[in-house]
Amino acid sequence: MTDLQIKTDMSHAAAPSTGVRANKLEVRNLDFFYGESKALKNINLSLATNTVTAFIGPSGCGKSTLLRILNRMYDLYPGQRATGEVLLDGQNLLDPKLDLNLLRARVGMVFQKPTPFPMTIYENIAFGIKLYENLSKSELDGRVEHALRGAALWNEVKDKLNASGLSLSGGQQQRLCIARTVAIQPEVILFDEPCSALDPISTAKVEELIDELKEKYTIAIVTHNMQQAARVSEFTAFMYLGELVEFGQTTKLFTSPEKRQTQDYITGRFG
Amino acid sequence: MSDHTVAAYDKELATLSQNILEMGGIAEKMLIDAMDALVSMNIERAKAVVASDPRLDALQRQVEEFAILTIARRQPMAVDLREIVAAIRVSADLERVGDLAKNIAKRTQKLGEARIPRAAIGLKHMSDLALLQLKNVLDAYATRDIEKARAVWERDAELDALEDSVFRDLLTFMMEDPRNITFCTHLLFCSKNIERVGDHATNIAETTHYLVTGEQLPVERPKGVTSSVTTGK
Repeated sequence: MTDLQIKTDMSHAAAPSTGVRANKLEVRNLDFFYGESKALKNINLSLATNTVTAFIGPSGCGKSTLLRILNRMYDLYPGQRATGEVLLDGQNLLDPKLDLNLLRARVGMVFQKPTPFPMTIYENIAFGIKLYENLSKSELDGRVEHALRGAALWNEVKDKLNASGLSLSGGQQQRLCIARTVAIQPEVILFDEPCSALDPISTAKVEELIDELKEKYTIAIVTHNMQQAARVSEFTAFMYLGELVEFGQTTKLFTSPEKRQTQDYITGRFG
Repeated sequence: MSDHTVAAYDKELATLSQNILEMGGIAEKMLIDAMDALVSMNIERAKAVVASDPRLDALQRQVEEFAILTIARRQPMAVDLREIVAAIRVSADLERVGDLAKNIAKRTQKLGEARIPRAAIGLKHMSDLALLQLKNVLDAYATRDIEKARAVWERDAELDALEDSVFRDLLTFMMEDPRNITFCTHLLFCSKNIERVGDHATNIAETTHYLVTGEQLPVERPKGVTSSVTTGK
């Protein structure tokens, strides 16, 4: 199938056409290497402010890799490097002199498996805040409550804030992690398959939450669940073999995609 | 197009298509027979048309249920989703075509003796064109041919013009002799029915265009020659 190798001109993808919205994050000519092997090939796209952008594609297509670049997660591993530019409000994230702690306070991340710290529910949230800010007890209490409310978890945990975070159900743990991310007031939130370990009701709650969160944050979500991408996002990027194949409005991409590869993937015709 | 990873999915879509094509065949035959019965005053044939309608209705329900089941089971996307939505729409159009043919057949049974054979000639012209449109649009749907679909879509104006002319003729017959009124009024309804068949063919053309391209045809269709006689549309 030769069209799988088509090199697509994605220059038009740099500005999803909502017109008025500015772009929070711009990825330009991005290449990424795991040692010698090239995992991302010349990616160009933008995340519009206060919108949800979904990344879909088969395993190994580079979507999680791309997400991990957006907050320099890859820096934790030797031998991995990125070239090109990733601009957050115009500032290049790939700059080696960048303070990674500050970056990760601005760009938060929620992972596939809930990863609460082995401490109380309260401390799970307060821990991150205390790293960045020096607040009084009452201010801290207020921020913890605000974060838990923001993650739609407050009503379920308000009477047991001193219980271990690990005592919560999987769906609650994931919302706790979202609360933890929200607590430090980031600008961008990255979700890496946040619902793949959750049951449908917890999934619905997280999706509802994402819908609310986009009022304040710019959101990127990697998901294997195409219906989820269709439900939660305004823009969708389809990636394949390290390339960005198609990027555009979600409504268009899931009803009449432009590229044959996209169509084959989302309709379940991929070889 | 390549096959789905899940082969059963392909079979389900194929089943839908086959049901639609069977419906198309029945609807076409119903209209042909209804018009033959009308022109030749063959009451038996008219009754047979009425009797074949339940099969068409049953098929339409079957398509609808199967389409809903497929949506629930597969969560179709892109062309698959359009295919299933198209099947639901086309089956509804064909079911209506059957109803319109049935209505002609029912009227044929009520026409009685006082009839003017030449009054039915205009109707025959209309139904020939409507049947051609129906045949072409079903071919366009089956072969995913958007050029053919578009041709059907554009040609509907011709059928509207023919209806206007039939309207004028029938009006003349009624003015000539009030005893013609009952007969001609039935024919007026028949001509309206045939004109509606053309509209359903146009709908199917629009659906086919959407199915293939993902884009809708414009809302406004090309209009034919305007007539001095208004038909109340």
